[in-house]
Amino acid sequence: MNLHNESRIPAWRITVLRSFSVVLLLLLLIAFWQLQVVKSDYYSNLAERNRIRTLPLMAPRGLILDRDGRPLVDHYPSTSVILVREHMKDIEDSLPVIARGLELDPAWLAEYLEKYRDAPPYQPIVLEDEATIADIAFVEAHRTDMPELELIQMYRRRYPPDGLGAHLFGYVGEATKTEIEAANLPLGAIVGKLGLERSYDAVLRGEDGERRVIVDSRGKEVAKLDDKRPTAGHKIRLTLDSDVQFAAEQAMQGRQGAVVALDPRTGDILAFLSRPAYDPNVFAIRVRPDQWRALTQDPAKPLLNRVTQAQLAPGSVFKIIMAAAALEENLIDPNTFTVFCPGYANHYGRTFRCWQPQGHGTVNLHSALVHSCDVFFYQVGRRLGIERIARYSKQYGLGSPTGIGFPDEKGGLVPSPEWKQRTQKQPWYDGETISVAVGQGPVLVTPLQLAYAVGGIASGGNFARPRLVLDPQEPAILKQVPLRPETVALVTDALWGVVNEGGTGAAAQIEGVDVAGKTGTAQLVGYDTVRRVGRVGRHLTDNAWFVGFAPRRNPEIVVAVLLEHGEHGALAAPVAREVIRAYFEKKQRGPGAPLSEAARLSKASMDAKEAQASERRANAAAEEQR
Amino acid sequence: MSGRARYREFDWFLFGLVLLISILGILEIYSTTQNQPRFAGMYLRQLAWVGIGLVLMFLVSRIDYHTLLDNSLWIYIATLAGLVAVFLFGTEIFGARRWIVVGGLTFQVSELAKWSIIIVLAKYVGDVRGETLALRHLATVAILAGVPVVMIAAQPDLGTALTLVPVAATGVFLGGLRWKHALALLILGLLLLPAGWFALRDYQRQRLVTFVNPEHGPRGPGYQTMQSKIAVGSGGFWGKGLGEGSQNQLGFIPVRHAEFIFAAYAEEHGFAGVLLALSLYLMLLLRLLKVMESAADRAGALLIGGVFSLLVFHLLVNVGMVIGYMPVTGIPLPLMSYGGSATISTFLMLGLVMTVRMRRFVNL
Repeated sequence: MNLHNESRIPAWRITVLRSFSVVLLLLLLIAFWQLQVVKSDYYSNLAERNRIRTLPLMAPRGLILDRDGRPLVDHYPSTSVILVREHMKDIEDSLPVIARGLELDPAWLAEYLEKYRDAPPYQPIVLEDEATIADIAFVEAHRTDMPELELIQMYRRRYPPDGLGAHLFGYVGEATKTEIEAANLPLGAIVGKLGLERSYDAVLRGEDGERRVIVDSRGKEVAKLDDKRPTAGHKIRLTLDSDVQFAAEQAMQGRQGAVVALDPRTGDILAFLSRPAYDPNVFAIRVRPDQWRALTQDPAKPLLNRVTQAQLAPGSVFKIIMAAAALEENLIDPNTFTVFCPGYANHYGRTFRCWQPQGHGTVNLHSALVHSCDVFFYQVGRRLGIERIARYSKQYGLGSPTGIGFPDEKGGLVPSPEWKQRTQKQPWYDGETISVAVGQGPVLVTPLQLAYAVGGIASGGNFARPRLVLDPQEPAILKQVPLRPETVALVTDALWGVVNEGGTGAAAQIEGVDVAGKTGTAQLVGYDTVRRVGRVGRHLTDNAWFVGFAPRRNPEIVVAVLLEHGEHGALAAPVAREVIRAYFEKKQRGPGAPLSEAARLSKASMDAKEAQASERRANAAAEEQR
Repeated sequence: MSGRARYREFDWFLFGLVLLISILGILEIYSTTQNQPRFAGMYLRQLAWVGIGLVLMFLVSRIDYHTLLDNSLWIYIATLAGLVAVFLFGTEIFGARRWIVVGGLTFQVSELAKWSIIIVLAKYVGDVRGETLALRHLATVAILAGVPVVMIAAQPDLGTALTLVPVAATGVFLGGLRWKHALALLILGLLLLPAGWFALRDYQRQRLVTFVNPEHGPRGPGYQTMQSKIAVGSGGFWGKGLGEGSQNQLGFIPVRHAEFIFAAYAEEHGFAGVLLALSLYLMLLLRLLKVMESAADRAGALLIGGVFSLLVFHLLVNVGMVIGYMPVTGIPLPLMSYGGSATISTFLMLGLVMTVRMRRFVNL
């Protein structure tokens, strides 16, 4: 043993180490106290969010059925790819990979995600609404390195193909900021954007549920927690009759215009058609900007709902209102009051022509309506005066929305001196009254208004407010307008004559059905101009109207047909005939034949799309391998 | 002279502390690996390592540490030779040349370097006469420690290289460091810090950047630290219970049976459990200092000083890492982290402490 023991370590140096140990461990304890006691709730919350992944369980929207309960709009399950940013490793690295894997435009993706910048990171974002097999495979293959991607089951809206009833149903889409705030919806919620989908959104939209699962750090599901079941939306049953609707679609043959058929006793809309249409299936959840631009910039205005929004001059259909007003005012005697029509008439220093250049000869009310003599109604208009024309027009439902309960219904226009002074700061010229008397000039109506007005007059002054949804709890809303039975009889007999006595609406005749109606040809350019120029371009060709109803007394169906640039009302009459025929055939047959091809066709076109998409991907993959 | 070891003098208190901490570790290893088939039975293996460690501790306690001190120069030279051999014949794994294969066994020579530095410094500083160390003593210590540190850092294994620095620092502090020298060393160290930055490899810099600025995205480089903190914080005061920690069981804590075991432990046992574990560690450290006080000679005390500094360094760096106060490194928590060589190494060190304690009565 040597002398090592002679000098020992000074005690104070060991004490320094001892103090150092104590202080160090105390500091560590304080740090743990901070984390585990002071900020415990914060970290517990983070741990829960790590552990529990909440995925939306989408509620299916309610079905839209026709009056016989046959589905017109339904939905089918589809798989969506969603992104949960909370589980994202690195946004810069992942996005290009995701964009490539799901075949999304990287620029679009970046822009799209930007919208969610302020949303909480656990908020799921739908990237692909209808995941193809390739998309699903991509997500499954990247479970580990891209836990931010998830597959969820969604319900995609399915509308009849070829835009059938498109304007009636409207479409659904992602809720805008204002819609989200108004209804307290989650970001990315799907809501009705137009048509019934919009006006009945609260009914049709269900309440989404939540699936809560425990996941491990790889995003793998290890256990399930209680689900919050989604509540499906309620279905709505329409007054629409699919058989009548299909007849109208077929008769229109895709021509530009509108058809609306209603039951004047109840206001039930039986057919509702506007062309050109768009395919609401394209909109089913999200519409791409280029698709949207194409629709909004199309000069044929496919988004315009012509039934409730096209405001056009009614042409000679307006003579029904003139006739009723004149009879109610006792201005003319139906038998003795006659006018000689030489093909023109002079009023207030101007020459007004009849559509029939040869003239109609001597006409009374009945024959004037049957042959649509303008000269006769110039005289009636002159006697009534603009104030009374306006008053009766409004009474019969023109100049204001019918109250069908449809978004953005237009009210048309019933002109008056007061209106002209207010809007144009000009006095009313008497000559204008003469134009208005035959439905030209500033008077504007929608197809729905015409059907409503004619239906009301033909029903003896019972104006039933048009309605789209069949609700046994709610009786029809009727407005009683004073109308003498003799007036109704005279007018409807004359309108029966239009169809059945060799009048302008002869094409609407149906064997065994008492069809009545009135043609209308609304000028876009005056007769004089046409004569001067010879012929005009299609966009200036006259609009053709036909409003028909049956039977003559107590009608069950009124149909208003508009053929834009259809040249003459007589050409619109066959469309009304087919609709009325379908209605009465159906009545004989009884309700309930299973619905046409609609749903099946729609599904088939979806399958075709899927096939196309996978073929495209297969080709791309083959390209890459080469 | 020391052939008859005094088992009466065997430190049963120290033994008890070590056993308790090891049991906490084994329980937590059980918890962290119970649901992972690929780690099945890992706690049993750790139990075996602890058993082997205890046996080795007894064996080491039988060796007279003076024998080690007397051969310190040879041990030191052998270590340097080993480090050179690593450079020449070492096996490269993950871009670092740290291992040497002898007869099928993989050796990490840098682990051995810890021992030789503790022993050679204890010998050298222990032989210095007088209350304080002169500048030349400091220079010699710097060279003795510096050569292996640089060689290990060049492997590169910065973590192990850095472990040796506190060993040397504790050695000179106990040996009689003067205030002015201490101050000068501190200033020198601060001046060398920027230079050190440029000596770092890219991945090492990356780790430091992440440590300073962890907000690099939820799954970015700061992810491990964040998940570890979430585990610790969500444990609350009483913890979630053994085997009940979601961060642990669902795999959010990285390498949770080894480097990050304390995060799993803190999640499941809460602040109460942390208080228990850290108290045991503190008692262990204080016990070492007590043994140091009673050591028969300077060299014996200095040996314990080396062991003490290693334990403190590991504890600080590992626990600090778990709560985000230290960068993420592979430094394990002594006695709790899973790992054969680390466990054995710790027990061997504790054996060294035992042998010093059992020979404290020099005059007998």
